[in-house]
Amino acid sequence: MTFTFTGYRRPDGRIGVRNHVAVLPTSVAVSSIAERIAETAGDGVRATPHQMGTSQPDRAREQTEQVLAGVGKNPNVAAAIVLELGTESIDADAIADEVSKSGIPVETLSVRSVGGTGPAIEQGRETATAFRRDSEDVRREEADASEIVFGVECGGSDATSGIAANPAVGEACDRLIEAGGTACFSETPEFIGAEHILADRCTDEETRERLLNRVDQREAQAELMGVDLRGAQPTPGNQEGGLTTIEEKSLGAIVKGGTTPVEGMVDYAEPLPVGGGLVLMDTPGYDVESVVGKVAGGAQIIAFTTGRGSTTGNPIAPVIKVTGNPRTWDRMASNMDVNASTIVEGDSMSEVGGRVYETMAAVADGRRTAAEHRRLEEFAINELQPNELAAEGIRG
Amino acid sequence: MKGEVLGDGVGLVLHADDNVATALQDLEAQDPIDGDTTAVESVPFGHKVALEPIADGDEVVKYGEVIGRASGSIAPGEWVHTHNCESTRGRGDLAEEGVAES
Repeated sequence: MTFTFTGYRRPDGRIGVRNHVAVLPTSVAVSSIAERIAETAGDGVRATPHQMGTSQPDRAREQTEQVLAGVGKNPNVAAAIVLELGTESIDADAIADEVSKSGIPVETLSVRSVGGTGPAIEQGRETATAFRRDSEDVRREEADASEIVFGVECGGSDATSGIAANPAVGEACDRLIEAGGTACFSETPEFIGAEHILADRCTDEETRERLLNRVDQREAQAELMGVDLRGAQPTPGNQEGGLTTIEEKSLGAIVKGGTTPVEGMVDYAEPLPVGGGLVLMDTPGYDVESVVGKVAGGAQIIAFTTGRGSTTGNPIAPVIKVTGNPRTWDRMASNMDVNASTIVEGDSMSEVGGRVYETMAAVADGRRTAAEHRRLEEFAINELQPNELAAEGIRG
Repeated sequence: MKGEVLGDGVGLVLHADDNVATALQDLEAQDPIDGDTTAVESVPFGHKVALEPIADGDEVVKYGEVIGRASGSIAPGEWVHTHNCESTRGRGDLAEEGVAES
């Protein structure tokens, strides 16, 4: 069953569910300034502050560039400002060129060139305000579910995640894919112990091999460091919530993608296809970075399941919070959008999954999520670590 | 909900092959679980309780899949968690010692 919504048609043909002006800092050095510009320019202007330094090893830098350009190209973005200090190894103009391929207006702003933070904030505010005004003229158009790229995430998992919230979101993924859309889930470390199930669902051998290879790499990283994954996975919070092993966590985690065939697997922040069915993304297990990877890949809406009560959002994509824990729903209702805990009390999966799907439709049509109401806009870019770069080198 | 609910909602068995159930309430010692099995200790909401005897080294099964191995013998009604069930994956510590996982 499809749904329709009124979205924002972009020059490249894709449809946004929000109409933000993005302020993208190329390093931590200008992240605060980006936030200040967004604050002073007012509603609809969103900064993506992050912690990446002004110079990174090549592969790590390329990943940062891919994320920044991808976020700028997300269809929820109407226009973008790429902000630099001017000493970064990342070239702001190159990011701007990449973002402008989607046809939206983009400007760069260099803090050193314009004479420091005062003039930069003032000029950034003027540009953002002008972009904001122009963005009101963007053509609003009716679109249907087939144009939605839906990113699904879990964070602060407990034992209810695998039995209530994740299968409910999985049901919504199945419905979206039946309507012709794309769903994407990620967090490769949380495939460990469940990869055989996903591998059996891959539609072609290449995807299957890629998936198993990526899971091996993530597992090998633990072995390369001579550490025991158990120290970090499941996290102490997961363990307190009843999850004993990574296998148990993974088996509960993968159900959030539903039951359809796995059509492909992309790299962190790589573009996701529109109308692509279920596609995996190779990301770390850190939820904020993982959400950002999918937003950089073009996801317009995120569903985020949490048993223990994570409150995080995203500056560019609305994040729908779904909990399967009745105590979390009672205590933290103001941070949650969908109560999946009624499954534990006997509601059918189709009923609760249907509520997630209806919420997706309403959010696509403009309804604000709990995280949007509270302006919870966490943003972090995954930084490739020396051991990962070394592992890539070993494996070619 | 998928799976079989035990009693009046004390626990949930996700797959017929499972040897553990997920507690849907905070369980106390003596609480009935399934048939003749009663809880032998407290099991918090969301945590696992053994449904049958699990010998040291045997597989612990939930969702019909292996989630780890018993690191000690586990009696029916016992709480199953990190103190008596170990992951077999991502074990860099074992790789270091040259004990390859099976």
